[in-house]
Amino acid sequence: MVKALKTGLPALVIVLAMFATSGCSDIKPWVKPYERDKLADPVMSLSRHGNADAYMHHVYQSRESSRGSEGGSGGGCGCN
Amino acid sequence: MVLKAAPEVDVAVTERPVSVRSAVWLVVLLGLLISPWAMAATLPVDKVDMLYHRYEGGGMLIDGPSVLVRKSVGPQVSVSGQYYVDSVSAASVDVLATASEYKEERTELTAGVDYLYERSILSLGFTNSSENDYEANTVYFSVSQEFFGGMSTITLGYANGWDEVGQRGNDSFEEDADRRNYQLGLSQVITTNSLLGFDLEVVTDEGFLQNPYRQNRYIDPGNPNNFLYQAERYPETRTSYSLAARGLYYLPYRASIRAEYRYYGDTWGIGSNTYELAYVHALNPRWTLEGKARYYDQDQADFYSDLYAFKNSQTHLARDKEMSSFSGITLGGGLVYEWKQTSLPGISRLQASLLIDWLDFDYDNFRDVTAPGNYLPGEEPLYSFDAFVTRASLILEY
Amino acid sequence: MNNVMLRIVLSLSLMLGAAAVQGKDMNEPAPDFTLKSRQGDNLRLEDFRGQVVMLNFWASWCGPCRQEMPLMDDIYQQYKDLGFTVLAVNVDENRDEAHRFLDKVPVTYPILYDPESQVSEQYNVQAMPTTVMIDRNGNARFVHYGYKPGYEDDYEQQIRQLVRE
Repeated sequence: MVKALKTGLPALVIVLAMFATSGCSDIKPWVKPYERDKLADPVMSLSRHGNADAYMHHVYQSRESSRGSEGGSGGGCGCN
Repeated sequence: MVLKAAPEVDVAVTERPVSVRSAVWLVVLLGLLISPWAMAATLPVDKVDMLYHRYEGGGMLIDGPSVLVRKSVGPQVSVSGQYYVDSVSAASVDVLATASEYKEERTELTAGVDYLYERSILSLGFTNSSENDYEANTVYFSVSQEFFGGMSTITLGYANGWDEVGQRGNDSFEEDADRRNYQLGLSQVITTNSLLGFDLEVVTDEGFLQNPYRQNRYIDPGNPNNFLYQAERYPETRTSYSLAARGLYYLPYRASIRAEYRYYGDTWGIGSNTYELAYVHALNPRWTLEGKARYYDQDQADFYSDLYAFKNSQTHLARDKEMSSFSGITLGGGLVYEWKQTSLPGISRLQASLLIDWLDFDYDNFRDVTAPGNYLPGEEPLYSFDAFVTRASLILEY
Repeated sequence: MNNVMLRIVLSLSLMLGAAAVQGKDMNEPAPDFTLKSRQGDNLRLEDFRGQVVMLNFWASWCGPCRQEMPLMDDIYQQYKDLGFTVLAVNVDENRDEAHRFLDKVPVTYPILYDPESQVSEQYNVQAMPTTVMIDRNGNARFVHYGYKPGYEDDYEQQIRQLVRE
């Protein structure tokens, strides 16, 4: 699995770089900044409860052997 | 009867994905991200986040506060500080089997700074966790970048931890454990109603990774109806990787549904799957109800055994129930009150939450030696326990 | 090793970060539109020819938008007698949220509604908020994408310039 990551990750980097640059300039963002109404709604937030969400990850980490990739952020209003 | 053929676990040769080549790739990716093509972002808002947390179950009561204060300093910098305490009253199955009840306190302090530089947010932080027999220090650094018209967010994170393990009652005992985390996250807006998130995290540890108190048991060579104890012995390195995917969908009556899956594996042979489903429902502009269900299943570590056939039967020994094969279910519910543009002086937004989760753990190959009754070693009932986690939180944005 | 990596990353970040496009200069006719206002009447951009217009796109769910509104109100109060107005186009899909915000943070300049995003599309709004400075001849002269504390000084500077023309 780690070997797969070692080869896969650089490939992913290149793809993301192309995406971030104008390499795929034919594709324009299809959700406009002024259409983010629903995505900015707190019910669509991945970590609405602040500290309380981080605490829950800690509860599981103390009792399970798995660690990592627990929480995310993003979406939201996309302002500025 | 739990008898394991003893596989020789090779400790010396362990993959360490941290190489100079990987570091270079990390830097290249960062450089490409911090690019003129990306859009800017916003700093986290100023707030005070106060939480009372409480875990009760399995013979343990752990509660305490968690307070975070965040303030922006100028238009580009935001600083934060957090104070967290775990007050432990423990008489868990591990403790009762080999020791007696104890009370303990763990204090954790975190300081962080976020810097908004044109197109990206750079975050740097330091955490110190302290208890009477364990000291953990972690430094973390992350970069978060929005691009593609704000539809995509990439986050790269790196953390380095160094811990000092001590032992109560043994002042001369002092061991080290070091940790490194590498995180990659992508959040992608799919439609005006939905978004997807992906996370990848690799963690490597090195050093004294076991617990100086915990014991394994093996069959007494002099009496097969009895068992004896021996200290646990873990490998000195561990590398783990986890991959998670999550999706959120907005329902037209101001509600949302969320689904998550995480795959985990590590070099100790532990593999797990985590599934989570959550539903959020806004009753009106101020009140929201939520519910969630989580299922977790885990495969044991290669060197784990509830009962070993004889002393030193393997290079590595573990009877930690955390490393056994087990499954866990969580059912949770919550009520959230949100007051936007409050009438309170100086407070622009207020959010109060009460979240209660019920956790139920069922072990497939960890047995309860404290169970009343006469059992032959290895025939005690399998252990299981449940716990209630309560979180009462108040967030004030100012 | 980790120390070195940290330093490399930080210096690279600072080196490659380009200066933000702020208060872009231009001189293009501002597209005409008609939108319903909060007072109830329809307002047309052409009717404001002869005045300097600060066209602002905002939403109640957008933090930086909410942040700049009281500051925009100050600017409006200061320059409105010199042939200047603010037209704040609200893009909320649900007007109630916008009203709830305005009840708590009242402003005195006109609010227009663009629930179908026609005008937002016309003006190619690329960030929330977006502010376009339109001169007395109906030409768009400056555009600001986003808001960070300090932008209001740029707004004032540009308004003073356009008002004097």
